[in-house]
Amino acid sequence: MSEKKHSPLTPLLDWLQQLGRFCLGFFERLGRGHLLLFHIVSGIPGLAFKWRLVVFQLYSVGVLSLLIIVVSGLFVGMVLGLQGYNTLVDFGAEESLGTFVALTLVRELGPVVSALLFAGRAGSSLTAEIGLMKATEQLSGMEMMAVNPVKRILAPRFLAGVLSLPLLAAIFSAIGVMGGYFVGVDLLGVDDGAYWSQMQAKVDLHDDIYNGVIKSIVFGIVVTWIAVFEGYDCTPTSEGVSRATTRTVVHASLAVLGLDFVLTALMFGEG
Amino acid sequence: MTYMSNVNDKPLIEIRDLHFKRGEQVIFDGVDIDIPRGKITAIMGPSGTGKTTLLRLIGGQLRPDAGTILVDGQEVAALSTRELYQLRKRMGMLFQSGALLTDINVYENVAFPLREHTELSESMIRSLVLVKLEAVGLRGARHLMPSELSGGMARRVALARAIALDPMMILYDEPFTGQDPISMGVLLELIHTLNNALGLTSIVVSHDVKETITISDHIYLLSNGKVIAHGSPDELEKSPSDWAQQFLQGLADGPVPFHYAANDYAEDLLVTMGKHMKGGAV
Repeated sequence: MSEKKHSPLTPLLDWLQQLGRFCLGFFERLGRGHLLLFHIVSGIPGLAFKWRLVVFQLYSVGVLSLLIIVVSGLFVGMVLGLQGYNTLVDFGAEESLGTFVALTLVRELGPVVSALLFAGRAGSSLTAEIGLMKATEQLSGMEMMAVNPVKRILAPRFLAGVLSLPLLAAIFSAIGVMGGYFVGVDLLGVDDGAYWSQMQAKVDLHDDIYNGVIKSIVFGIVVTWIAVFEGYDCTPTSEGVSRATTRTVVHASLAVLGLDFVLTALMFGEG
Repeated sequence: MTYMSNVNDKPLIEIRDLHFKRGEQVIFDGVDIDIPRGKITAIMGPSGTGKTTLLRLIGGQLRPDAGTILVDGQEVAALSTRELYQLRKRMGMLFQSGALLTDINVYENVAFPLREHTELSESMIRSLVLVKLEAVGLRGARHLMPSELSGGMARRVALARAIALDPMMILYDEPFTGQDPISMGVLLELIHTLNNALGLTSIVVSHDVKETITISDHIYLLSNGKVIAHGSPDELEKSPSDWAQQFLQGLADGPVPFHYAANDYAEDLLVTMGKHMKGGAV
């Protein structure tokens, strides 16, 4: 029996080898992801002649996500109304509740929570669908029929995701403002006129609403990109699809939260 | 006239000195294959010999490490994406699973390549789809979804889709695997009839020896990355290769041994008994 000789440096070398392999794998995937994004974006102009595909995906990705967005927006708005009132009332500033609810939603919670919900609802569904199409050779079959699956399958889904998320975030914020109104004005007795007039006076179209929209567009691109890439790049087995779906939710959520900080620092940092 | 006959005599697919590796595993190690026009050529060999990989190399979904694959005079690996897609419009491929699009029905599946690649009117597409479905006997099933089809029916629909654009050749990937005798008979009949009626060139990848031999004009046997034998079914039956005889007759033992490589059996057992006597673990 021959036994391997272990030097004291062996564990360190093994660790370095693993680290190197991990880094190479990471950058390889990152490269593949960017190449795929390039091919998807280059396929978007061609969708002008296949707009039905985009409309169908807008329904599948956007409209079917409405319920979770509306319900979550309502409850988040109601919680903001309650928490905001309890804090503001100590300073006699409860009439600023409308401003508080609206700014919190439009600047932060609308884009971020919508993106997180979107990653869980639509992102995972996109990954699973594309991954299963790969596992059942539907994508290969398309390639052999001289149909590019990146342009036929991925590009409409990507475009639909990018268009849907800003709209969903806007709906989330609007419903949240209504939820805050319901708790603050109807239940806790904040003045109706003050709620709306303070909001109107303090929420700025450029600084607040446009920046929120920019955030949700960026999140839409990132979440949908991760979702379609994970599906297209997955190992074509049931376990591979399952892992890819999990990765979509985890990576997209982390990317949204990380990017939110960066974007917030860029947009509101000076203030 | 002479020129035309020379062109038509040339094989549709010429594979020369093909080398292909997947990771460290050698799949093809210097393979030469000619696929004649208008014939049914079978590629056979045990599981894992790279038969499906060969189809993907012919279809340009994989690139060889070395060697050339000429399809109708064009080197597949050297084609641009646009040229490759043009070539694929003249190829049909029947996947083992059928690879039907699961979110559209049978009719739309067969209409899919027509809608993607032609500007035909809806009534023309309808007529063509019904003709193709009639050819595979499933005109009446056009409203069914892929999930409502049996395995054999799904492959027949996939076959109708593969011939939708009237290709010059069809690649069949394990068309008989997992089929009941009736479905298998139907598929055999269809492959044979379509090849003759449409003047196609067919490549059937399979390890169902008896069934494939009945419809093949030419057979290649692959193993360990090499062509072991090739010729007409009659020629192969007389092949001097022991391996070819073992494969064609389905013998349990031969050049491919029944036993996986191991130490001497008696020695192995004695070691076990010795360990028991000493009270050690096996």
